[in-house]
Amino acid sequence: MKRAETKLVTVPSQNKIPERDIDKSPILEVSHLGIDFGGLKAVDDFNMAIGRTEITGLIGPNGAGKTTLFNLLTKVYEPTRGSIMLDGQELGKMSTVQVNQHGIARTFQNIRLFDKLTVEENIRIGLHNHVKYGMLDGIFRTPRYRKEEKCIHDKSMELLSLFDMEDMADVRAGSLPYGAQRRLEILRALATEPKLLLLDEPAAGMNPSETAELMDTIRRIRDEFQIAILLIEHDMNLVMGICEGIAVLNFGRIIAKGTPSEIQSNPQVIEAYLGKKKEEN
Amino acid sequence: MKTMKKASRDSFINYGIVIAFFAIFQILAMTGILTNSMAGQLVPICAYIIMAISLNLVVGISGELSLGHAGFMSVGAFTGVVVSTLLQNKIPAEPLRLVVAILAAAVLAAVAGFLIGIPVLRLRGDYLAIVTLAFGEIIKNVLNCLYLGYDKVGFHFSLSDADSLGLSEDGIVILNGPMGALGVKKLSSFLAGIILLLVALFIIQNLVNSQQGRAIMAIRDNRIAAEACGIGITHYKLMAFVTSAAIAGSAGCLYALNFSTVVPKKFDFNTSILILVFVVLGGIGNMRGAMIAAAVLTILPELLRQFADYRMLIYAIVLIAVMIISNNEKAKQFIAGFKKKGGAE
Repeated sequence: MKRAETKLVTVPSQNKIPERDIDKSPILEVSHLGIDFGGLKAVDDFNMAIGRTEITGLIGPNGAGKTTLFNLLTKVYEPTRGSIMLDGQELGKMSTVQVNQHGIARTFQNIRLFDKLTVEENIRIGLHNHVKYGMLDGIFRTPRYRKEEKCIHDKSMELLSLFDMEDMADVRAGSLPYGAQRRLEILRALATEPKLLLLDEPAAGMNPSETAELMDTIRRIRDEFQIAILLIEHDMNLVMGICEGIAVLNFGRIIAKGTPSEIQSNPQVIEAYLGKKKEEN
Repeated sequence: MKTMKKASRDSFINYGIVIAFFAIFQILAMTGILTNSMAGQLVPICAYIIMAISLNLVVGISGELSLGHAGFMSVGAFTGVVVSTLLQNKIPAEPLRLVVAILAAAVLAAVAGFLIGIPVLRLRGDYLAIVTLAFGEIIKNVLNCLYLGYDKVGFHFSLSDADSLGLSEDGIVILNGPMGALGVKKLSSFLAGIILLLVALFIIQNLVNSQQGRAIMAIRDNRIAAEACGIGITHYKLMAFVTSAAIAGSAGCLYALNFSTVVPKKFDFNTSILILVFVVLGGIGNMRGAMIAAAVLTILPELLRQFADYRMLIYAIVLIAVMIISNNEKAKQFIAGFKKKGGAE
């Protein structure tokens, strides 16, 4: 009963530290973060720092607490203990809405779009906090309304062009194909102008060529928008391919942190994913 | 830009329909084809259409089931009656008095909507429906035992009977408990109703096609995602609810000032449900559908008057038929094909 090779990744890591400097001064600092659901410590003693323009991966077996961590960072769940610092500011008692306004945007594992609105309207919702006209401007169609509407329209189109989705602007979001829905969700999150983007399984349901394209796009987003990205992903080729740092979560605790190559050779990680190797003889 | 154009074209078609509706019925009334009882229904039709589109803002756009909409209508109705009675001598011009009464009704209904909205909008789904239903009944019952009089000294309130108001000789009783308001001076006209309808339509359609309207619909489609996009839930839900209440209040005022007597019992649970029926049959979120449903279903019982005993039966059958047809796939396709040809929606 011998396993020939215990490796997570078939392709060796292509990832080199990019030539330009990555800003590693932290945008997000999480210390001793934890949440209990009854007696279950879903996340416990979670510590992490993410650089200003760093792409970080969060991996771990199913049920390890990855999405729970995203919900903690965006205050969907209130942490039981620990602190979250975003750009030197404690998130403390902020609500989900305020966390977004302070610069954390996210996508969801099970896509959450505004199905009955069009693609462009979805992006416009992302731009919501940058729209500077009130209810009365909207009702009476003031010049400010016209100016702002045009401005939002241009911004939305610019964002859509990032994924070549301009021609889908008038399509209802709910009727888009699956891959396009995932891309739209990323664009909507980007529209809120975040400092930190959380992507929850961006490659789920994509085929290898789509995934490869997505990898390029995620890198491009980081470079163009100069933001930090934290992503949850099960596709190891994607994680190892684009992340500069990786944290591995198991049973709510970090079991390893490091560069992709460090993680790949970490025996604890391999054990968490594949189980213990049976002793021979 | 295409979506914008489509949305504003849709709005203009709706204004056109309203104006055409006005023209047709005005001509019918002038040539005497319209029976008296039908002509008497014109203002109530306008009021019910306004009620339907304002409820559609809450049910269709904001996605919250409210069963107490008649409550706001009655707040507006009695505010309108009180204001118009008090101003009878101060503002002799009737149209101006009507405008002031409608504005006052809208403001007071908005205040009621705000006060009710704060606790109620924390609830969701069935709970929200139940609590709005209760609030509608509370408003009705409060007005049912409210006596209000006015004399030189000022207002007099009472909850027991008209005598306990202690009015001086020249005082007038405006609200008379369960008997409501008696001897109301008729100010509403079909023209006023149509103008108010156009204004209500203007406000609702422009709100829906603005960033605020999109935010309201985003919350309806996905609350969690809307929060993650930095949209404050309570603020926008309240915006839809209060706007809707204000418009319902103005419709109530229009309705009340069309009759010489208004009783609180008129604005009960059945009226709330009737308005909801307009919205559901017309298509939730579809302003044009709600308008047409409100107009047809208000006229229908009048048209069926000659069938006397059978009219409520036929009315019920029509309701069931519309429900079946509007849920039938083939009928839907047929209507969809029709819409494509028409180029609308």
